[in-house]
Amino acid sequence: MATLAELCIAAVAEAFRTDREIVGTGIGPVPRLGVGLAKMTHSPGLMMTDGEAYLVEQPVPLGPRGYDDRKRAGHLPFSRFFDSAVWSGRRHAMVTPTQVDRFGQTNLSALGGTHDQPKVQMLGARGFPGNGIYHPNSMFIPFHSTRVFVEGEVDRISSPGYNPARRIAGGNYSGLELKRIITNLCVMDFGGPDNSVRVVTLHPGVGFDEVQQNTGFELINAVEGETALPSEEQLSIIAQLDPHGIRNKVLKDNPPAIRADEGEAA
Amino acid sequence: MTLDKRMSAADIVGQLRSGMTLGIGGWGPRRKPMSLVREIMRSDLTDLTIVSYGGPDVGMLCAAGKVKKLVFAFVSLDAIPLEPWFRKAREAGQVEVLELDEGMFQWGLKAAAFGLPFLPTRVGLGTDLIELGNLKTVQSPYDDGETLVAMPALKLDAALIHVNRCDHRGNIQALGPDSYYDEWFAKAADQCFASCEELVPAMEDAYPDDTKANIVERCFITGVTEAKGGAHPTSMPPLYGPDMKAFKAYAGAAKDPGDWAQVADQFVGADEAAYVASVGGEEAVMNVPLAIY
Repeated sequence: MATLAELCIAAVAEAFRTDREIVGTGIGPVPRLGVGLAKMTHSPGLMMTDGEAYLVEQPVPLGPRGYDDRKRAGHLPFSRFFDSAVWSGRRHAMVTPTQVDRFGQTNLSALGGTHDQPKVQMLGARGFPGNGIYHPNSMFIPFHSTRVFVEGEVDRISSPGYNPARRIAGGNYSGLELKRIITNLCVMDFGGPDNSVRVVTLHPGVGFDEVQQNTGFELINAVEGETALPSEEQLSIIAQLDPHGIRNKVLKDNPPAIRADEGEAA
Repeated sequence: MTLDKRMSAADIVGQLRSGMTLGIGGWGPRRKPMSLVREIMRSDLTDLTIVSYGGPDVGMLCAAGKVKKLVFAFVSLDAIPLEPWFRKAREAGQVEVLELDEGMFQWGLKAAAFGLPFLPTRVGLGTDLIELGNLKTVQSPYDDGETLVAMPALKLDAALIHVNRCDHRGNIQALGPDSYYDEWFAKAADQCFASCEELVPAMEDAYPDDTKANIVERCFITGVTEAKGGAHPTSMPPLYGPDMKAFKAYAGAAKDPGDWAQVADQFVGADEAAYVASVGGEEAVMNVPLAIY
């Protein structure tokens, strides 16, 4: 039976469905496998790198492999990345920020304290500000909680969201597009009034209330049904892209896609 | 004029002054001019403004108290995502910062390279970078009237890069799949010093077939020095990868004992020969496998 991680990977692939030729970037095992799955099924126009500098038409599998196993079809080094992929808008990235707020603003910089002395220093803004203003972005949150989906605003705004208070008059925000948030509980989007966050599918066995309880801001219930289970074909491609089973370590206890009924013996 | 740019690492660091703004090439734990960084660690230089896509260069310079201000977009060791010594310095409030986006950062280097006060960009809109960094906006003078962030030039007093090959005139070659923004560090700086894995007598005789690897012309190179394994513990493809064992020891030391003074010798060494010997010698460095991402 499929695992919850595999269900998430299939949901990521769906989020990346496109007719365009754009760079698909999934940071972390589940997003990366999802982009690879999308590329190998419904969205062959997606372009992927080997994680270093080369474009590959066959997504490189996760984990240990021979350095030269990757088959180089093109070149997209960091030295050209902003020109070619980010500032041209020809990219969709999925990332895992530390905090997300109701506007879709994210934080990867620091928690608490002050700018001069943060309580917890994290990575820094990385490429988030540019990604956010120039090309579509999605998120994968492996542990849906109020610590990630915060009440109010994120501690530092590393990437922009749909917050009217943070807009500068005359600024061009036309490239800002937040697509989906995939978590261990559900799939959400920004399709509510004024781009507010809606729950669109629930993973099998999850209720809306559970999602709401684990979210620090109000969600819109736009549930259309359950998140689709991955097909046999999808599972086989996922296994091929992740020969070492790294996906099995992403979610706590690697649960099955369909929850055991409450009260049933484990 | 004589066109002999060969220098020792000590000569290069001797050209630097406390209080300077110093750019360091490479990207996180990749292609860092670590032998020159270690030479700075052995010097009295202090009060530096460091401009870097940060890796262990930033971590150890912060840990040793040499950094007044850091201009950065991230500081990371890749497989160890959060650079522990940088983190410690920040959480103790020891380092001033200008936090930027990765793309804005290279845009600032380009502004400096072109002698412009700034270059316009949309990047930063809607984020905290503008206010925290005291960045200004400009309005397009054309019909669109768009408001843009004015990314200020990141003018460097000096830049340090590590490349595969140099000759005495400053013809360099950077092999490997990605030269990151080393070219723009060189052009943004008043002086750029390159360490290299191999110093050759004349590039046109030694490696004429690899001239596409000449990422920046020799007029931008002030001094060259040979440093085999000079990027260690960072990676230098195609020669060697990042030394994860060394990074684990370095990261572990940030927890225990957590005091740089106690471990500096292990990660810097009395001189470069002692350092390379302490990590198993040149051959061991060359044998570190390339990173798989």
